[in-house]
Amino acid sequence: MTDAIIEIADISKAFPGGVRAVDAVSLSIREGEFFALLGPSGCGKTTLLRMIAGFETPTEGAIRIDGVDMAGTAPNRRPVNMVFQSYAVFPHMSVAENVAYGLKMDGVAKPEMARRVEDALALVRLDGFDGRKPDQLSGGQRQRVALARALVKRPRVLLLDEPLSALDAKLREAMQLELVNLQKSVGITFVVVTHDQDEALSMADRIAVMETGQVRQLAPPAELYEHPNSRFVAEFIGKMNVIEATASDGVLTGPGLGVIARAPDLGDGPASVALRPEKIRLNMAPTPALGKDEAEIEGTVTTVSYHGAESHIYVDAGEGVLLSATVQNAERDAAHRVKRGDRARLCWRLADALVLKE
Amino acid sequence: MIAAYRRWKRLHPAGPLDYTRKWPMQLTLAATFIFLYAPILILILFSFNDSRRNIVWRGFTTKYYEKALGNESLIEAFVNSLTIAFVSTIVSTILGAMVAILLWRFRFPGKAGYEGGMALPIVIPEICLGVAMLAFFARIGWPTDLPWPLNLGNIIIAHISFSFPFAAVVIRARLAGFNRELEEAARDLGASEWETYRDVVLPYLKPGLVAGALLAFTLSLDDFVITFFTSGPDTVTFPVKVYSMVRFSVTPEVNAASTVLIVITLFLTAIAMRVQNRSAKRD
Repeated sequence: MTDAIIEIADISKAFPGGVRAVDAVSLSIREGEFFALLGPSGCGKTTLLRMIAGFETPTEGAIRIDGVDMAGTAPNRRPVNMVFQSYAVFPHMSVAENVAYGLKMDGVAKPEMARRVEDALALVRLDGFDGRKPDQLSGGQRQRVALARALVKRPRVLLLDEPLSALDAKLREAMQLELVNLQKSVGITFVVVTHDQDEALSMADRIAVMETGQVRQLAPPAELYEHPNSRFVAEFIGKMNVIEATASDGVLTGPGLGVIARAPDLGDGPASVALRPEKIRLNMAPTPALGKDEAEIEGTVTTVSYHGAESHIYVDAGEGVLLSATVQNAERDAAHRVKRGDRARLCWRLADALVLKE
Repeated sequence: MIAAYRRWKRLHPAGPLDYTRKWPMQLTLAATFIFLYAPILILILFSFNDSRRNIVWRGFTTKYYEKALGNESLIEAFVNSLTIAFVSTIVSTILGAMVAILLWRFRFPGKAGYEGGMALPIVIPEICLGVAMLAFFARIGWPTDLPWPLNLGNIIIAHISFSFPFAAVVIRARLAGFNRELEEAARDLGASEWETYRDVVLPYLKPGLVAGALLAFTLSLDDFVITFFTSGPDTVTFPVKVYSMVRFSVTPEVNAASTVLIVITLFLTAIAMRVQNRSAKRD
């Protein structure tokens, strides 16, 4: 790939004690994209990011940034900058001094430095905060300082380690949008590490899902959500119902449920069927005419969990099969119509059910 | 008056956590203050006493301050003490900071042993250290006839050796709260390792350095035991001089000199605390 800005080839990191935090990962990050490394804590995503930044040395493999092998290059000599999880804003320097620090280290002339600092602060909407000290800023503002401080150096790649985890929910949502807009306007490649799948889905152009040091799937958000390649990815991204089913003659049947999915190419034997809750319709009365490409099961409502815009209805279909269906509360007071203990029918298109071989 | 107090107390009953308004707590506080400060207050008060024997109050005078300031050997001892304290504070703080950073930053074989060995002067009885210093300087044949201030060299070395571990402990405690990401951020922004220390670690360390220096300074200034063993006839320090003066009689002159020392120490502490408060506010 010619437009790759970061190429990671077969990289591994083993810590003393034998833990392989990153295990033979290969991936390439394209110029100008918003790339997310997503995974549960301890999956190696932060170690991978720190290897790109130069704070960890790979045990095996190579990292090339802009075609140059980074082995032996110190963090201060790499064309990347990082926004740290704690923001790491220097407490004894003013906002302007913080932003200017990287330029000072590069020996940028005073007038140009002043202009660039001003531009960077304007970019993150902190104009007029030059003289403030970090202890006079809110968490969100401190993060903007960290962003400006990294962006002012015009890096080829900006690395962000859990950039939103320290912010409260409302601010986090606003910052997600702002980060995306910022990335599009400066055109710099962003690599963000996060454990929050919602954050990754909403911001990234492509996501690498990691588990136990390895990349499980690398795809754009929609593909990851609709076509997960493994049970781990399916269950990690969004909510997922998984039914243990049996395949025979190209159809899958659940325990006491009839046909619940179709997979013509699948051999006979056990397989998992995965279903997104929002793809399941909930009918309280018997369905008048079930299409031939649809499946339906009946069960008892065990829990109704109300979330305002939507409700999650949990239905026990017997034989240990517990399914959740998401119902939009499109009409006022609609949620109250389903009650615990009601009989309900769950219905979905066979094409919406995903068959996982693992 | 008492009725008004009772009325106020009825209207403002002490809450369950208002310990300072309960009499056992107030008594403890009062007792603590009396035990801590009564001797010092009496010392200062009697430095103005117009009596040679200094047992009964005979009226106010400042003549013993004049006398103390005119006492050449006392002033000499005072200058010696300040010189020793000044030099040993600077060296102890630098050495303590280096030890603290070494123990905080690096892993090396025998680190635990090194850490224990470094802290040994804190626990070794001073008298042993004093005798050891005496034996050591005699053994290596340390010259005794050097001109001032070089003749203070052995005392300074002795002071550094027992005060730098204290400085190291204080500075290390400050380092323990350091966010390593600050260091990495500086490196990431293009700073070399040295620039990172200069621009990020040292400013963070400042309150620890000030506290460590203050501790080293007071330890050196009032050390008697170790100094007693290492000082010669020409290198008398203030505590040693006061001791020799008291052996004859406790005159207001000694009180006056001690009061001056207290004022100097309070003044330096006030400066140090101001510096610390200003840095601590930023964390």
